[in-house]
Amino acid sequence: MEQINSGDTAWILVATALVMMMTPALAFFYGGMVRKKNLLSTINLSFITIGLISLQWVLFGYTLAFGESVGGLFGGLNFLGLSGVGAEPNADYAATIPHLAFAAYQMMFAIITPALITGAFVERVRFKAFLIFTLLWATLVYDPVAHWVWGVGGILRSIGALDFAGGTVVHITAGFSALAFAMVLGKRKWFGQAPMEPSNIPFTVLGAGLLWMGWFGFNGGSALAANGLAVNALVTTNTAAAAAALVWMFLSWNDNKPSVLGIVTGAVVGLVAITPAAGFVTPLSAIVIGGLAAPISYYAIRLRQRWGLDESLDVWACHGMGGTWGALATGLFATKLVNSTGADGLLYGNPGQFGVQALAVVVTIAFAFSVTFVLAKLLNRWMGLRVTENEEEVGLDISEHGERAYA
Amino acid sequence: MIKKIEAIFREEKLTVVKEALAAIGIVGMNVSEVRGHGHHGGIELAGRIGTYKVDLLPRIQLNIVLSDHNVEKTIETIRQAAQTDNIGDGIIFVYPVDQVVRMGTGERGHDALTYEGDIDVRQELEAGLMNAVGISD
Repeated sequence: MEQINSGDTAWILVATALVMMMTPALAFFYGGMVRKKNLLSTINLSFITIGLISLQWVLFGYTLAFGESVGGLFGGLNFLGLSGVGAEPNADYAATIPHLAFAAYQMMFAIITPALITGAFVERVRFKAFLIFTLLWATLVYDPVAHWVWGVGGILRSIGALDFAGGTVVHITAGFSALAFAMVLGKRKWFGQAPMEPSNIPFTVLGAGLLWMGWFGFNGGSALAANGLAVNALVTTNTAAAAAALVWMFLSWNDNKPSVLGIVTGAVVGLVAITPAAGFVTPLSAIVIGGLAAPISYYAIRLRQRWGLDESLDVWACHGMGGTWGALATGLFATKLVNSTGADGLLYGNPGQFGVQALAVVVTIAFAFSVTFVLAKLLNRWMGLRVTENEEEVGLDISEHGERAYA
Repeated sequence: MIKKIEAIFREEKLTVVKEALAAIGIVGMNVSEVRGHGHHGGIELAGRIGTYKVDLLPRIQLNIVLSDHNVEKTIETIRQAAQTDNIGDGIIFVYPVDQVVRMGTGERGHDALTYEGDIDVRQELEAGLMNAVGISD
């Protein structure tokens, strides 16, 4: 068994804390975009996910994702309740750090992914239904897909699909599940007729800034070591976010004025797109990946608006489409010069990698969308996904929580 | 007769309106922040992508209670200070007031509206001064 490296372990502990911070950051990112009467409710949808999924992960989530593979589809129960996951390294996942550090680090990914989906159903979802949905979604969608992509023996890992930090596992699953859920849930009352003004854009800017910082842990930590690969991931991450923020600024400027809400959205989209690629591409490729992510998500929002679909905070456009672009771009720009354990992409003479990435994207989209659609339909029939019309008009802060954001 | 002027105008014009009123001796007033629109009905703001329409816009509502004979001068002062010649400049309403009672002293009516240095005292002073030097209107 390999030795524990204290530098690697220290970095993964820090990275775990950074990724944990991203979920409260997301709470503020989303909270700022909803109306004042739903601000607390929206913040809470992310925050309580930390509580809910932390327990799910310790009890059975980790083993479903990283337990011994059952046909490449999900993990077996050998790590149930984190049994056998302790201070010792694990040759498969945590060669130089305690296995428990890997499990804790992965827990933060499992938390933020369902929290991302909440952007689709803010301002109208019944809290009780949300809790049940999130628990089931983490178990039925996230854990299996994490196994497919990252688990030893997982079906997508086995065909050679590259996903450095969760472009497919986190962003595509969240984005396309958001789309499915919003289709079942239906639009907010007055959607498209009355303006729904963001209550606190500075909150959104604060959230985006903290997400950006946390993403250094998200992508940098995915090297699972304090080494050159982690540095490469950190630099490509920062570069892609910067490029996407600037491009979004120009797109928004061209349409009207350089919107601050637009600029910070661009940064997040750049971070999403580089996620699968961060440890496989060069900083120069990151400029292209981030720069092209902005128009892809920008026009995806426009398309979503044309559909008249109230996928309220554009999880699909930003995470689903940003993640799809990132996963495909990994198949274009990946190079073994950056990561010898990775692969070359199409632009480095290996067109097959692009095909593998595309297959992984299609499989993930189809699975996440369809399971979420059916799950939402069943829950809607069983208990109702929405609050009443009156509760929606009063706002979820009062009607669901008996509190208000400001006195 | 005592009147109430209710003037609704752009937020950014509050300072200049207050200064202009102080210059003619209008001392007492209260101000609230309101939202509304006239017939033009709103503006476009920059959104995440493109723009979105906002129909109720923030405006200042300034309330002044004063004697009838000062109304025209006050209205004209507010109007000149607050106008920008753009759509959405605002509106002024004038209402009759039944009674005024000053909390501290119990003074009523016109007496309750008179302050040191206010528009009426200033006009009396000016008239007295002009009499003293032998000028009449």
